[in-house]
Amino acid sequence: MRGALADGLLMDANTNKAATAVEITGLTRKFGELIAVDAVTLSIRQGEIFGLIGPNGAGKSTLIKMLTTLLPPTSGSARVAGFDIVSAPAEVRRHIGYVPQLLSADGSLTGYENLLLSARLYGVPRAERAERIGRALARMGLNEAAGHLVSHYSGGMIRRLEIAQSLLHRPTVLFLDEPTVGLDPGARETVWERVLDLRDRFNRTMIVTSHLMDEINEFCDRIALIDRGRIAAVGTAAELKARVGPGATLDDVFIKLIAEEKETESGGSYGEVRRARRAARDHG
Amino acid sequence: MAKSDAPAAPPAITADRPPGRLESFITQTFAVAAAEVQKLRHDPIELLTRAVQPVLWLMLFGEVMAQVRGVAPGNLPYLDFLSAGILAQSALFVAIFYGISAIWEHDLGVLQRYLVSPAPRSALVLGKALSAGVRGLSQAVIVYVLALILGVGIDLNPLAILGVAAAIVLGSGLFATLSLIIACIVKTRERFMGIGQVLTMPIFFASNAIYPLSLMPGWLRAVSHANPLTYEVDILRALMLEKGASEYGLPLDFAVLAAATAALVAVAAVMYRRMGY
Repeated sequence: MRGALADGLLMDANTNKAATAVEITGLTRKFGELIAVDAVTLSIRQGEIFGLIGPNGAGKSTLIKMLTTLLPPTSGSARVAGFDIVSAPAEVRRHIGYVPQLLSADGSLTGYENLLLSARLYGVPRAERAERIGRALARMGLNEAAGHLVSHYSGGMIRRLEIAQSLLHRPTVLFLDEPTVGLDPGARETVWERVLDLRDRFNRTMIVTSHLMDEINEFCDRIALIDRGRIAAVGTAAELKARVGPGATLDDVFIKLIAEEKETESGGSYGEVRRARRAARDHG
Repeated sequence: MAKSDAPAAPPAITADRPPGRLESFITQTFAVAAAEVQKLRHDPIELLTRAVQPVLWLMLFGEVMAQVRGVAPGNLPYLDFLSAGILAQSALFVAIFYGISAIWEHDLGVLQRYLVSPAPRSALVLGKALSAGVRGLSQAVIVYVLALILGVGIDLNPLAILGVAAAIVLGSGLFATLSLIIACIVKTRERFMGIGQVLTMPIFFASNAIYPLSLMPGWLRAVSHANPLTYEVDILRALMLEKGASEYGLPLDFAVLAAATAALVAVAAVMYRRMGY
């Protein structure tokens, strides 16, 4: 099932900058009657910072959960870092990093202990653990706080720790689900600086969701607008804005393209609001 | 120990080559348990609060019931008889609410960090079981100290203590895994609290923890014979107490605990992935 195609993709990933990092074909997820992700087809290149935007409950998180193998798809397929999410989920997990929307660092452990746990779970060789953890801490500016309990960290520090945790095993594709939610502008800036640095230095692929159109506009190479489980538009920020008209902002794109499809309100389900607020509170 | 032969400054990022399967399985399992030990070290107060319940059982219930003759078999003082049961009980109570922490971790998001790692789900579940074993051992220390103070005839032979430790780790792992399975089904703390309460009572009372099975009516004795806690208590009574003896034989006791734990871990490993949804 893997065979030549996967090998080709992988080889490309190492040699060719324009290689495909994520290839999604007709990916669908249903929850009972509800179609959360509806036949999404999308191709993301190696080294791209790819933004996913859309209203609450549009299916962004469900899509990411499928790509990170947390959730099996109902139908369709996807290859991440050259591996099929259904037939080779463990290989996918070995090659991706994931910073969930929710708080994923353990507050009752220190920053160092959180990183050590990740290093062990990902099979970072024992001889390299201390050095890699040290480098990750330095890169994320957390050296001094390494020995403190994470429950005493600020929201921005926790996010940087989570990014460090997701990078220890050197993934080729990194998923960041609302990495800046609940952060103040200064902390947001720092998170983005680190993300750009990681891409520029290692040509990593980043898939980012956010509700802040400013940062999506500024930092993402390409953007997909998702609405009711479908891709409503894909392109660079400039391309999307041109579709709406001269002088349009990404906010206008969001409102216009979503409004074209439906007129209903969107505020997310109760559960999502609760989760988002809890995340915001815990990070705040 | 394989020396790393990585080239200096690799130009492109490369994922780690996976080490041997068994080796990484063991590393991953112990990683989960090691995190638990670290948490206990950061918050030892929790251990003290956990000590309250066994103290109450032994000093209130135990001291009164010790006046009733003929409950404990042979020449075993009731307090001795009870202390082994209370050790099993306190480990059970810690373990049975383990699912709550899994739901808590799920709600927070911490659980996703485990689930997106390449660690096999069985390693994660076994690591959690081992974590419960660590907590169970801390309970054992408390009950041992308490029993010694109350004048219970404790067997301090290191081999006996080792046997007790093994039984506690197995028993705690078993009930923690059962708890994890329930957590994967009910998924909310509120529902779990109700079920946890309903579950601990029969597991505790339908066992030989505070009275021998010989005092029970036939149907209850049959239930108690199917209860793994009975076999855990049987080990503890034989190894923890100077005058204690096993009723079923230690090999059978350990075999029952190990088999039940293995079966539950297998089920939990399948259920655990649902926590990512």
